[in-house]
Parts: sequence; C-alpha cells; structure tokens
Amino acid sequence: METHLLVSSSPHIRGDDSVNRIMWTVAAALIPACAAAIFYYGAGALTLILMTVACCMGFEAAILAFRRQNPRDAFDGSAAVTGVLLALIMPASSPWYFPVVGSLVAMGLGKHVFGGLGYNIWNPALIARAVLQLAYPSRMNLSGWPQPGLRLPAVHAISGASPDATSQASPLAKEMLQKMMDKFIDRMDTYAGLLVGGLPGSMGETCRLLILVGGIILICLKIVDWRVPVFYILTVFVLVALLPPPEAAKSNSWLSDPIYHCLTGGLMIGAFFMATDMVTTPITRKGRMIFAAGCGLLTVLIRFYTAFPEGVCYAILLMNTATPLIDRFTRPKVFGYVKPPKKDK
Amino acid sequence: MSSLGNLLSGLKSFPGGIHPPDSKELSKSAQVQPFLPPALVRVLMAQHIGAPAKPVVKKKDAVKRGQVVGEAAGFVSACVHSPISGIVKDVEDFPSPVTGRPVASVVIESDGEDAWAEGVNVRQDPMSVEPKRVVELVQKAGVVGMGGATFPTHVKLSPPPNAKIEHVIINGVECEPYLTSDYRLMLDQPDRIVTALRLIMKTVGAPRGHIGVEANKPDAFQALSLAAKGSSDVQVHLLQVKYPQGAEHMLIKALEGREIPWKGGLPSAVGCLVHNAATAIAILDAVEFQRPLIERLVCVTGEGVKIPANLSVRIGTPISAILEQQGLHDGANKVLFGGPMMGLAQASLDTPTMKGVNGILVLRNAARWQRRPCIRCGRCVDACPYRLIPSELSILGEREDWDAAAVANIMECKECGCCTYVCPSKRPIVQLVKFGKSELARKRRAQEKPKK
Ligand code: SF4
Ligand code: SF4
Repeated sequence: METHLLVSSSPHIRGDDSVNRIMWTVAAALIPACAAAIFYYGAGALTLILMTVACCMGFEAAILAFRRQNPRDAFDGSAAVTGVLLALIMPASSPWYFPVVGSLVAMGLGKHVFGGLGYNIWNPALIARAVLQLAYPSRMNLSGWPQPGLRLPAVHAISGASPDATSQASPLAKEMLQKMMDKFIDRMDTYAGLLVGGLPGSMGETCRLLILVGGIILICLKIVDWRVPVFYILTVFVLVALLPPPEAAKSNSWLSDPIYHCLTGGLMIGAFFMATDMVTTPITRKGRMIFAAGCGLLTVLIRFYTAFPEGVCYAILLMNTATPLIDRFTRPKVFGYVKPPKKDK
Repeated sequence: MSSLGNLLSGLKSFPGGIHPPDSKELSKSAQVQPFLPPALVRVLMAQHIGAPAKPVVKKKDAVKRGQVVGEAAGFVSACVHSPISGIVKDVEDFPSPVTGRPVASVVIESDGEDAWAEGVNVRQDPMSVEPKRVVELVQKAGVVGMGGATFPTHVKLSPPPNAKIEHVIINGVECEPYLTSDYRLMLDQPDRIVTALRLIMKTVGAPRGHIGVEANKPDAFQALSLAAKGSSDVQVHLLQVKYPQGAEHMLIKALEGREIPWKGGLPSAVGCLVHNAATAIAILDAVEFQRPLIERLVCVTGEGVKIPANLSVRIGTPISAILEQQGLHDGANKVLFGGPMMGLAQASLDTPTMKGVNGILVLRNAARWQRRPCIRCGRCVDACPYRLIPSELSILGEREDWDAAAVANIMECKECGCCTYVCPSKRPIVQLVKFGKSELARKRRAQEKPKK
C-alpha cells in the first residue's frame, strides 16, 4: 500500500487551461493578420515579425535570469504575444533597430519594471510603440509609410476627392435614410478596401478582416470578452455620429463618417487585441465594459480634437491607467450583502 | 456542452459556478453493499462543528453497538456512539482528519457479536412523535449534517423562536464530482426521504417541502417524484448541473431566489431550512428506530481504486480496511475525505471514517501545480458564486496582508474552490484563504485576551 500520500489543500482537481495555452492561443490568433502583412509587404514583414518576437522572448529571458527567476517563463507565450502585437503596430518600413529597441522597451519598461507578468499597468506593446513614436517621430509618421505592394483596383484615393456629401437636409426622414444609403453604397468599395487591406497603415492595420477573424476565434474560445471590442467599436461609431466633427472634416467628409472611423487606424487591432489584454484591463465584466467605452470616447476625442491623427494607442494607455480605479468602483456586492443599518434614522 | 445545455434547459440555478467533469460513472452503477464491521474501530470525539464530545468510557470497558461512548459537551455539540460491540482498547488522542490537531478518540476491539445496546433499534411510527421529542431523539442519536458540514442537526431543528421556517429543502444535489452515495440513497429509499422531509416539516412547522436534484441524476429525480406523487406540500425540483449547486446558499438561491444574508446569516433568515438527503435518512432512523448515527453510506471511488463502490460503513472504520478490500491501483497517491473540490487530503490510512465523510476518493498520480502570477483574466471573478474577487484575495494572501484581505471580505469565502479550479495560473487561492482565515482568527483571539 502506498505510504507516501500527497497532502495538499482543496480543490484537488483543476481546469486544464493554463497561462501558456492562453498566451500561445492569442499568438496563434494573430497568424492570419501576420499572413496579411506578409502578403502585402513581402518578406520584409516576415523578418520584422520574427525579429520582434525573438527579441521580446530573448530580452524577457535575460531579464528573468537577471531577476533570478525562471528564464523558461519567457516561453510562456506572453512575450511572444507582445512581440507579434508590437510588430503589427510598426510600419513595414521600420529599420532593423525598431524591433530591438521596441522589444527592450516593452519587456523592460513595459513589463518587468512593474514586476513582470501580471503586474504591469500598461500594455507593453503600446508602451513600446509610444516610445518609438516619441523617439523617432519621422519614422513613425503615417505620411511616410509605404503603400502596400498590392492594391485593390476598386479602392478610391481617400485623401483628395471625397464623394459629394449631401448639402441640404431633407425634411423627410425617409429621404434622409435614402441619402444615407446612397452614400453608404457610394463608399462601399472604400470600406471594403479598408477591411481587406491595400491602404497604408502599420503592418497589422492593413487587413482588418483577418484581425476580425482572429478576434472572433478568441471570443469563441472565451479568451477574449466580446464586450470589449463590441463596446469599444460601438462607442466610436456612436460618438463620431453624434459629436460635432472637427474643422478638418469640412474639407474631408470622410472624417465625419462613423463607418470610416471604425475601419481606420489601429481601432480593429486595438479593440480586439490590445483593449482585451487581460493584465492591463479591469477584472470584472462590468469594469471591462466601462473600460471599452472609455477607450472609444478617448479615441474619438483624440482623433477629433487633438493634433494627433490617431488615438487608439493613447486611448488604451490612458484607460490602462484608470483600470485600478474602475476595478475599485465595479466591485460586485458580496452574496447576501445587507446594507448596514443607518444610525441617523 | 453542459453550459449551453443548461442554459437551454431552463432549469433553475445560480449565477457563477463551474462545470468540472463529473466523473460519477466510476461508482454510479454500484449498488449499495454493507461493509462488514471491522475488527477494530476508532471513534473520534470531534466529528462535528462545535465542542468535541467527552469520552465516557475507559480502557477495558465492554460496549455494545449503539452505546454512547462520547457525551455531547453543550448544546452545539453531538454525542458519539460505538458502531460495534466489543471492548474499549484505548482512549487516546489522534490527529484530527480535519485540522490535524490531536483530538480524543475511543478505540474499540470487536467481539464479533455486533449486539445492539438496550433501548435502541426499537421501532415506532415516526409521524406520531411530538416535535419536541423528535429533536430530543435526533440529539440523542448524535445526528450531524452528513453532506460534509457536520453541524449538529438538533440545533438546526430548533430554529430561533422568532424565525418562521416556510420551506424545508432536502439537498439531493451531490454536486461534488465523483461522489455517488447520496445518489444511491435516493434511488434506494425515495419513500423514506419523502417521509423524512414530512417529519422535518412537521417538526419545525413548515408548510412547504422541496427536494433538489441535479439534472445528471434523472432516475433519482423520477424515483423521488414518484414517492412524492399526489402531494401538494412536497415538490421535487430538477436543477442545472453546476458546481456548487449543492451549497446551501446556492440551493436556496436556485429554488427560492433569495440570498442568505452575509456575515454568517442563517437559512432561517430567508425562511428556509436545508438538510442533506443522508441527514434526512439519519433523522428518520433516529426517530423511527431510535437508531444512533453509527453507520453511513460512503462512496469509495477515484482512478486509484480498483473496485469503486458505494458501501454502508460503520463510522470509525479505518480507511486502510476499506481500501484493502476495494484494492488500489499503482500510482494511487492521494486519499481524500469527500469530493475533489472541497475534500480533505488524508495523511494516514489509519484515519477512521467520520459522520461527515460521504466519500473516500483515491486519486492517481496526483501532483502539485506550478503557481504563476495572476494574469487578471477574471475567470475566478466570473466563477465565484459568492461574488468575491478571488484574485485579489490571493495576491493579498501572498503578501500576508490579512487586514486588507478582511476588508476584501475574505471571511465570506466559502472555500468552494471554483476560483482555484478555473485559474489558468494555478494559483492556490483556497489554500491562501484558509491560511488567512486562521491568521485573522488568531489575531482576534490575541486582541481579546488582554481585555479579559
Ligand atoms: S473559494 Fe471562495 S473566493 Fe473562491 S470561488 Fe469559492 S467562495 Fe469564491
Ligand atoms: S483566475 Fe487566476 S489568473 Fe485569472 S484573475 Fe483569477 S487569480 Fe488571476
């Protein structure tokens, strides 16, 4: 009969999910988006992605060793996810040192300064991007970014000619609806272009359809809370429709188009893969909804009323900062909670 | 599948909880068999919540089956009886299977006669017994909550005078994976369970009776429904398969939609009284036959056991005797009292069974889990049926910041283990909570002392 009995605290069975499985699944869900980047930007994109992932894992292993922790934890997938995400939010024209500097910033300043996995306040990939943007403004400037190698013929050039917007408001709601439909159909091929790719952007912002595919896979696997992308994108859509558009929208009617806003910039990748990062977002479902709506609000505010053309990165970083606060105010009431009796009648 | 199936079924349940594999097929179809009284039993004096019983026999005393060997020490306590007839070999301390701290125990050697003591095992019509007498008989029989809580049953049967009990609920949920003893009991004695329910209703003056069964035991549900057929006072409910559906709080939430108040509130605060199915049978045995609680159904199961079984075992039988008969597989290395979610790992096979032990679960190749930092995935928060923030408790626990943990309501944690089960970082949340609770209790005692 067995003499060595294992004595440990309950529960004695555990679910079979693990940090590694979650993180590597997220990394795998980004493969379609990576494939699109390689398809549009060629082998250079592949090199950039591989380099960034390798650098992130390498730096993480080195930092873990330095902190006298297990360097093997660098292979738990979390560094890989940061690496892929960081690569995808860099331009395809990034010089060789971007992956190196970016990874070092992400792993060092973004993650291990706070204590490593689980303790960082800000999304490491976004921190790295923000630092790159500050350090190399010209390189990270959208106008200098390369055009994708392959372009869909149907895509309009957006910057200049915009389809004629309606000038006179119609008294009849029905007519208004008709006009909106006309406009929508008119702009369809641009929307399609934005969805499939073919417009300049960072590597992972090109093909939004494949980001969506990865995101939906993660939602089905219950790794991503559907509330976050849905609330984020919905908030952007509604606010663009409601808020007074910025000055620039007078000359470019695209800037007041809610659908256009939802399909441009880093919103898709941000909403599905950055605002859903577990570590840096609220822990309750309610909190995550507030977080997502806040991201949407800040994104629109930055896009509309600041000098920055793109707001996703800073919006998410700002909301990351607010996460502890949101957690505090969305604390659920304990089972059977009874209000303490009021002393003053 | 189960979660979606549950949702579509429209069956009652509670928010939160988990769906572990139920693993009941191992022992589910094994009919109840008596386990022959062993040559030696060890009767522990602390088999219940409250003050341990005081031994009233000494070495070399002759005892009969059903004779009191430990007298209750107060109202919230329970007496214990000899499960066999024989000679007291020793009265000595033994490490408690629950706390590990020494408790008094009476060791009895069998004389092979198995003769009943006088005045017990006499039949009467249970429904003609006065409520007051019912409580007395239950107290005399040493009945305690047999689902694992082990709270003295006569205390529960005497609710505070200002509390009005509306609903008596029999807990036939058995939501712990693996265990099947309550299931077999419900299949074998559905009529007696319904009778026991009526007896309890009459005792506490409750007009309505309920029996809750999880949807994975449709045959037990059918048997009970048949037994309760044609009555308007007793209702049998099929509940969603979800852990911890059998926790008193969650059962009442599912059936009545009400929440027992926090900070140690009682079910009577929401007009309910809950008894486990096995306890109900023990109550009936105590009243109908004046039979003390000396024998109970124990489910012996797990991947480590060669012949899984549902056995009727004398309380005090050492684990080793049972496992010798059922056989162990190679690699069996963890022995639990109870199910895998809340069961207690035992350090020694000499440990005897107790009133609250509904199962002996033997796991194979059990290992420790590698703990990782909390990645704030929120799964523990979604799973916690008591709406706590388990991740926070675990982090405060690692820092041993128990005052902050108290503010985060660590005392409201019922140690159900849902959070720890779902945690991808394999964080030992329940372990930290248990440690924290004992530390807080120690601190409170230390603060109270100087004042006295
Ligand atoms: S063990 Fe405690 S914290 Fe964890 S789920 Fe159960 S009640 Fe909640
Ligand atoms: S389940 Fe584990 S990793 Fe996830 S939030 Fe809870 S404690 Fe943290």
